[in-house]
Amino acid sequence: MAHGPKPGFTRWLYTTNHKDIGSMYLWFSFAMFLLGGCMALVIRAELFQPGLQIVQPEFFNQMTTMHGLIMVFGAVMPAFVGLANWMIPMMIGAPDMALPRMNNWSFWILPFAFAMLASTLFMEGGAPNFGWTFYAPLSTEYAPPSVTFFIFSIHIMGASSIMGAINIVATILNMRAPGMTLMKMPLFVWTWLITAYLLIAVMPVLAGVVTMMLMDIHFGTSFFSAAGGGDPVLFQHVFWFFGHPEVYIMILPAFGIVSAIIPTFARKPLFGYSSMVYATASIAFLSFIVWAHHMFTVGMPIAGELFFMYATMLIAVPTGVKVFNWVTTMFRGSMTFETPMLFAIAFVILFTIGGFSGLMLAIAPADFQYHDTYFVVAHFHYVLVPGAIFSITAGVYYWLPKWTGHMYNETMGKVHFWLAFIGLNVTFFPMHFVGLAGMPRRIPDYALQFADFNQIASVGAFLFGAAQLVFLFNVVRTVRGGGKATDEVWENPQGLEWTVPSPAPYHTFSTPPAVR
Amino acid sequence: MWNISGVNVGQTPVFRNSQRLLQGFAILLVTALRPKRTSICCVAGPLQCDRRKAARENNKYGDLQAMLMGLKRLFAFLFLSILTPMTFAQQAASEAVGDAVGEAERWGVNMTQGVTEVSRTTYDLHMLIFWICVVIGILVFGVMFYSMWRHRKSKGYQASQFHESTLVELAWTIVPTLILIGMAVPATKTLYDIYDTKEADLDIMITGYQWKWKYDYLGSDVSFFSNLSTPQAQIHNELPKSENYLLEVDEPLVVPVNKKVRFLITANDVIHAWWVPDLAVKKDAIPGFVNEAWTRIEEPGIYRGQCAELCGKDHGFMPVVVKAVPEDEYHSWLNERAAAAARIKELTNKTFTFDELYARGEKVYNSTCVACHQANGQGVPGAFPAIAGSKVATGPMDGHLSMVVNGSSKNPAMQAFGAQLSEVDIAAVITYQRSAFGNNMGDTVQPIDILNFKNK
Amino acid sequence: MATESSYYVPEQSRLPIFATIGLFLTAFGAANWINGGSAYIFFAGALSMATVLWFWFAAVIRENMAGLNSVQLKRSYVWGMGWFIFSEVMFFAAFFGALYYIRTFALPWLGGEGDRGSSNMLWEGFQNTWPLMVTPEQAVSGESAKVVGPKGIIDPWHLPLLNTFLLLASSVTVHIAHVFLKKNKRQAFNLWLGITVVLGAAFLYFQIEEYMEAYKHLGLTLESGIYGTTFFMLTGFHGAHVTLGTIMLLIMLLRSVIAHHFKPDDHFGFEAASWYWHFVDVVWVGLFIFVYVLGA
Ligand code: HEA
Ligand code: HEA
Ligand code: HEC
Ligand code: CUA
Ligand SMILES: [Cu+2]
Repeated sequence: MAHGPKPGFTRWLYTTNHKDIGSMYLWFSFAMFLLGGCMALVIRAELFQPGLQIVQPEFFNQMTTMHGLIMVFGAVMPAFVGLANWMIPMMIGAPDMALPRMNNWSFWILPFAFAMLASTLFMEGGAPNFGWTFYAPLSTEYAPPSVTFFIFSIHIMGASSIMGAINIVATILNMRAPGMTLMKMPLFVWTWLITAYLLIAVMPVLAGVVTMMLMDIHFGTSFFSAAGGGDPVLFQHVFWFFGHPEVYIMILPAFGIVSAIIPTFARKPLFGYSSMVYATASIAFLSFIVWAHHMFTVGMPIAGELFFMYATMLIAVPTGVKVFNWVTTMFRGSMTFETPMLFAIAFVILFTIGGFSGLMLAIAPADFQYHDTYFVVAHFHYVLVPGAIFSITAGVYYWLPKWTGHMYNETMGKVHFWLAFIGLNVTFFPMHFVGLAGMPRRIPDYALQFADFNQIASVGAFLFGAAQLVFLFNVVRTVRGGGKATDEVWENPQGLEWTVPSPAPYHTFSTPPAVR
Repeated sequence: MWNISGVNVGQTPVFRNSQRLLQGFAILLVTALRPKRTSICCVAGPLQCDRRKAARENNKYGDLQAMLMGLKRLFAFLFLSILTPMTFAQQAASEAVGDAVGEAERWGVNMTQGVTEVSRTTYDLHMLIFWICVVIGILVFGVMFYSMWRHRKSKGYQASQFHESTLVELAWTIVPTLILIGMAVPATKTLYDIYDTKEADLDIMITGYQWKWKYDYLGSDVSFFSNLSTPQAQIHNELPKSENYLLEVDEPLVVPVNKKVRFLITANDVIHAWWVPDLAVKKDAIPGFVNEAWTRIEEPGIYRGQCAELCGKDHGFMPVVVKAVPEDEYHSWLNERAAAAARIKELTNKTFTFDELYARGEKVYNSTCVACHQANGQGVPGAFPAIAGSKVATGPMDGHLSMVVNGSSKNPAMQAFGAQLSEVDIAAVITYQRSAFGNNMGDTVQPIDILNFKNK
Repeated sequence: MATESSYYVPEQSRLPIFATIGLFLTAFGAANWINGGSAYIFFAGALSMATVLWFWFAAVIRENMAGLNSVQLKRSYVWGMGWFIFSEVMFFAAFFGALYYIRTFALPWLGGEGDRGSSNMLWEGFQNTWPLMVTPEQAVSGESAKVVGPKGIIDPWHLPLLNTFLLLASSVTVHIAHVFLKKNKRQAFNLWLGITVVLGAAFLYFQIEEYMEAYKHLGLTLESGIYGTTFFMLTGFHGAHVTLGTIMLLIMLLRSVIAHHFKPDDHFGFEAASWYWHFVDVVWVGLFIFVYVLGA
């Protein structure tokens, strides 16, 4: 049979193996999640009471900015790429990723890029403090000097994402086992194919916009300055042309994971497979023409306002199709509720709640009241935390026995789930209230009437954080030992990954499997 | 190089605060972990303890029955976990908030209905979408919970294998689309209304600065800045917080009721957003561009809002206060302001004593300069230089004049205050800076010198 | 070596981690340099990047010559290059989009037209024209303005037109070279590829000429308001791509002349470079129309 991994740390440095690279992505992502989470805890601790207690406003802004950037680019995206690396070759019956060396390169760029980003915290003038959306001219003329390092770290992060995405496209289109037609691919593969296209299309635009910033800051151009004929709002258009598809980059693979888990534990095939595929594609398409819903208050002409409002509302339709399909998959199934399923169910419920608040935000005249308040913060944490993070967690529990050959501790998994579920709702639900009552986002101190809910949210945040420690403990334990997992792990799950032994051999499909 | 300057541990409230936070957190943790111990049975009742054991024996993996018991515990737990922080919140907030805010205002959960027609239509729209979402949610989650209840393996339910139906797919594409159209119609109407800035009775230019607002009453000489008036001591927890903590300014915007007021909104440095929830007006203030918005306030009163776009360090400290008054009161106020502006102009030719300038300068400093250079004149290392011992403030007068009147050529944050402050105020603040914070220069500069400097 | 599979997966590779270090040094060094630090880190990074790439491509070529690369694996390279070019298209799209936005929305508003026309009150006397010779700031503060518009602009019908011919011709010549390669006419291939490289270099020469003219005589610089900004950013990035493309083609030429690489039915390295070249060419046509002709 094939070779096993090389001993020592060069295994990780030089590896071309999709499983090794997938593991590195996942561990890196978790480290970033803890780092970004600690920053969130600084934010929440400061917001525990009105008045300035723990940090000064400048530092608070740096925390908010770094928290957003690290969570989005460091935690969620690499986690999905890690899962893609592990699962896509196994799901389509490929020997490895299409371009294995480039795969390693894509990964290793990330720790360096984030080291560079994090180093700005220690620079003169502090880290980026202009929000993860870095609107000009706060991020250009008025930025701390560290902005240059921020720009270049975005550049290489983008290079990593583009290479990762190209690799995934090439793998899916070129490496499927004979008989694995497109419409037989698991939904996780489908959603990742579409996500990869989104990445290839929008990461260069992000690179473009940070380049414009760099030129404005250091080379005297006038992209974002009216004095020379430019417009600060131009920044926002280009940024959100990237930024909106970006948020779907953070949710489409999640849809794929959930679409794998729910049928397994409902013991019933996924309802409406092909409509799921079309819905994903429609969401991706629509995501390119809704960007300005983040900019309803910049004073767009009314025609633009209406167009972006209608287009945004439309996204509820294909997303609804997905939700309905999941519910129908559960309907008249034969359900059990292991940890992955618990997370998947919570995903469906809480993501839908986040989607509802998204739809409310899409209504332009109402958004005039919601915009830049904690209502928005509540919205996107509902789609990101129980959305992206829960789906990743569910995926990890679901496939961990396959990866390690060991069964995780179910009780601990449930404890993790309930702690996280409750912590999360205690943290983010009250944010809807303070948002509607008028609390702006990105402020280190607030008026007295918001005090009560903020305190609840802060306590919840610490609870949610603690839950993650349970997760870490459980995963480490499972990696190191524990009950032996069967090859199938679950009861009759669908997909090629369950046809190989647990743990999956280092080289899985050296010869392509037969696909029914 | 280590940027710990921003972190400021060691103030007493920190300890009290983190202590309380930890307390709340600890209680939550304990309650959360308890369900896994037998002791929770004491909360949930001994009966369930047995049932739970039975359930455990029948099923290897946690099945729904166990989960449902879990649910009951969950409710107990939820109750506790929401109640605990609430109690703490109550306690801690009461302490911090004092009697400043009435019970009624606390625990606000919804959007304000406001005091204009637009704000009310916006509110109605918001409630409409909200209820639609609630109904859809109940339906979807209802079906889901029903099948989680009925169709589970532990009840012996056999899975059926259906997995496709074009008809239902079509149905749940079309019905939501129709619902969306139903929402879009009133939304479009409201939007047209909000965008109609024509035929205003009064134009006010609003300019966002880091971190204050400037109001120009177009067609009159009245123009002034509106700064946060909450004292720093309250922000740093050295004094009890006042009722309108962070939502109070030295000079509110005064407008007449029942008149269509058009706002021309722009900014001087970075993007800000002018927002007053009660008027349902939120518009970005973008440097170099002018946005329009309007309102017609129906009831006299004081309406408070905040800057709603991240604009740097003190984004959280630039409130908006609008005072709506009856029309005649508005006119007499306007005339009074115009007269005051004229008086200030006259003062330009007056020669002041050092003490007069120093005292006035202190006021100006504390309203205009303090945000960056700080109350003790120490600035913020790395971002804003200290005035205490500053080379400029203890150097030649011309350099100091130029820095304040023309701003810095290196860093746009240090704005050209020549266009923002009156000659008198500039003279005063410079005099103040040169002698305060241990600078002890003891020299003065007169308003007329400023005027001459400007005209040079 | 995964002999069981027809798909070649290298066992391990040191290349990526070195490439990472090179890329990191380049990026970090560039930021450090721009912020006023020394340039050494940047050059060290760029050098190591170039070295790694050299070895990387050498490895791929070696593997291919050793017959390790199956048809399927070559298809992976095809997909890879194709989608890489698409990502480049999107990069340019950001800048073309910026140009479009400025001309259709921002400038008319500043000039007093349309929904945000009241912006003109801040820039009294400013008029929306394209090319923008007088910036808004200049319209208000005249002499003392920091951002001053250009005195003149590049006439599209001189150097740019010539460059258009050069690039279009080079697209044809590279295609002819490809045809000869497929027919195994080595000499002709080298000749036509050589012509392409010369055309690319000539294009760059004239572009530098044009830039010198702009900077020295026309007052058209990166800093001359939004016209200079969009002009130089679009043409400059394109120029950088032409440079890269020319280097790629030159390397292909050298590979063919010196090392006798490429077979009539197996020459993806050359094909990739030529696709890239066609892409650069298409972008130029866009530039010629939207920046030069419609900008004059
Ligand atoms: C994973 C990430 C993610 C996802 C999936 C979404 C999904 C959606 N988002 Fe969200 N959004 C963010 C991440 C995300 N968002 C982030 C990070 C921000 C803030 C950025 C910043 O400023 O920092 C943001 C901000 C944001 C705004 C700007 C708010 C503001 O700043 O003022 C808007 C406005 O339209 C919006 C809308 C939507 C909509 C309509 C959806 C839709 O896709 C939701 C669709 C889903 C449903 C509607 C639920 C399920 C559907 C049904 C059950 C069918 C039936 C329903 C109906 C017919 C109602 N989002
Ligand atoms: C995927 C993305 C993601 C994720 C997962 C999160 C997770 C969290 N976020 Fe964040 N958030 C964003 C994306 C995300 N966020 C973005 C994009 C913004 C906007 C930024 C901007 O405005 O520019 C934002 C902004 C934002 C704000 C608003 C800040 C402001 O406007 O000033 C707040 C405030 O509460 C917040 C809180 C939290 C909390 C409490 C979590 C928690 O879920 C975090 C939980 C994790 C941990 C706590 C760490 C793990 C645990 C340990 C290390 C153990 C130690 C801890 C204990 C023992 C307690 N986030
Ligand atoms: C928005 C922030 C901000 C405000 C408000 C502000 N300043 Fe400054 N100030 C700065 C910055 C930044 C610099 C540094 C400029 C430089 O480096 O050239 C500075 C520098 C100075 C200096 C020179 C100090 C030195 O040693 O270099 C003086 C004097 C000064 N300001 C006076 C004032 C006065 C008077 C006011 C109020 C009327 C004021 N500033 C308000 C940001 C501000
Ligand atoms: Cu001004 Cu935020
Ligand atoms: Cu969006």
